[in-house]
Amino acid sequence: MKVGVLALQGAFARHAAVLTDVGVAPIEVRTPEHLSGVDALVMPGGESTTMSMLLDIAELRQPLAERLAEGLPVFGTCAGMILLASSVADGRSDQESLAAIDMDVRRNGYGRQIDSFEADVNVGGGGLPGWDTPFRGVFIRAPVVERVGDGIEVLASVDDNPVLCRQGHVMVASFHPELTADRRIHELFVESA
Amino acid sequence: MNDITRSTGTQLVKRGLAEMLKGGVVMDVVNPEQARIAEDAGAVAVMALERVPSDIRRDGGVARMSDPEMIEGIKAAVTIPVMAKVRIGHFAEAQIIQALGVDYVDESEVLTPADEAHHIDKWAFDVPFVCGATNLGEALRRISEGACLIRSKGEAGTGNIVEAVRHLRSIMGDIGRITKADSAELFEWAKRLQSPLSLVQEIAETGELPVPMFCAGGIATPADASLVMQLGAQSVFVGSGIFKSDDPAPRARAIVEATTNFTDPVILGKVSRGLGAAMPGLEIDTLETRLADRGW
Repeated sequence: MKVGVLALQGAFARHAAVLTDVGVAPIEVRTPEHLSGVDALVMPGGESTTMSMLLDIAELRQPLAERLAEGLPVFGTCAGMILLASSVADGRSDQESLAAIDMDVRRNGYGRQIDSFEADVNVGGGGLPGWDTPFRGVFIRAPVVERVGDGIEVLASVDDNPVLCRQGHVMVASFHPELTADRRIHELFVESA
Repeated sequence: MNDITRSTGTQLVKRGLAEMLKGGVVMDVVNPEQARIAEDAGAVAVMALERVPSDIRRDGGVARMSDPEMIEGIKAAVTIPVMAKVRIGHFAEAQIIQALGVDYVDESEVLTPADEAHHIDKWAFDVPFVCGATNLGEALRRISEGACLIRSKGEAGTGNIVEAVRHLRSIMGDIGRITKADSAELFEWAKRLQSPLSLVQEIAETGELPVPMFCAGGIATPADASLVMQLGAQSVFVGSGIFKSDDPAPRARAIVEATTNFTDPVILGKVSRGLGAAMPGLEIDTLETRLADRGW
């Protein structure tokens, strides 16, 4: 399976390193040609306004929307989650969403950098195999999930806010599993992709 | 919100924001209008300051932290992270900037140093710091003081890339040499670089700085951005280069595109077309003040 990492801006190299670690050779995606060659895609953290603009410039938005509609497995972290959400509050007025997962997010909803934090994330309430210990989540100017649709599987929450969710082929996290040594979340994505 | 396991201001959280800014352009802005132009052009963050480096250079005198009211105005104008500069060693300015809720503090040689012997103890802050460096020893000393992001200094306000290239080549060259050194030689490297042995050993193992490294000082064109990215910078700071050029908005956007596509000369050629005049440049030999010499 060929897993791409959207490499327009942000923490894409860190995601690529983790994917290499879990045994898939990642492909950096910067053009529609790159995108057509992948079977799954990671959309990294970074600045969602910048990435959104670069998606348009690279003429990736339309082909990406089409692949998503066809069921391309995708994992979005932080800014990647913002780009995939159906509705974004506190973004820029011209910020366009791919609306691939039925949830509303508030950009920088946890506050500014001074409020950024680490917290233990209990996936599946600790009842799933391999998830008896928490995952250390790093939340950086992170988006808050304010509403999830009926079809959404909430895999983990912190203080009653969903932080790891899945809807069919789309998985999103408001934190950064690429910044820590724990590989379980990337493994979860690759296994389900 | 009383999760006892929640912790703020950790190294992961502080260095993490720098990771999110990779592959991007941080732009100097002096008012909310410029901040909006920068955000529209795809900046990953803005640096709020009262005068861009070329004006500081022209005006002379003591350059200080910006007026908090002006920083607040810029914070209110954009959704991307906002950085602000403080004088080298001026921890009181840094305390004020942190209290304003600024996202990153730049302890910067562009402002007039406040302390001739000490940089700020950056471990004492929850807000992350970026610091300039001209060589690897300087970078490691700043990291040992708690800096979470290093930028090569270049020579700010000149529109001349030559110093940035010198600093990047020096830093990347020494990193490469350290990765080839044997364990006994690392002690000598630590002594020569006047840096903690543990950081030198970490570089020998990983082949890179423990924190991200961006480039600043002299970037005026998309090609400049591509050059420093190819030399190993992970993002660029553009100071006077945008708002001292003829037509800031298209140039800002072109430098953003160039930073993403820094290895693609066809795209670089496309985005470099018809941008109007770049900022006027200065020869390094003619400068009265070498900003990069500030700090140690």
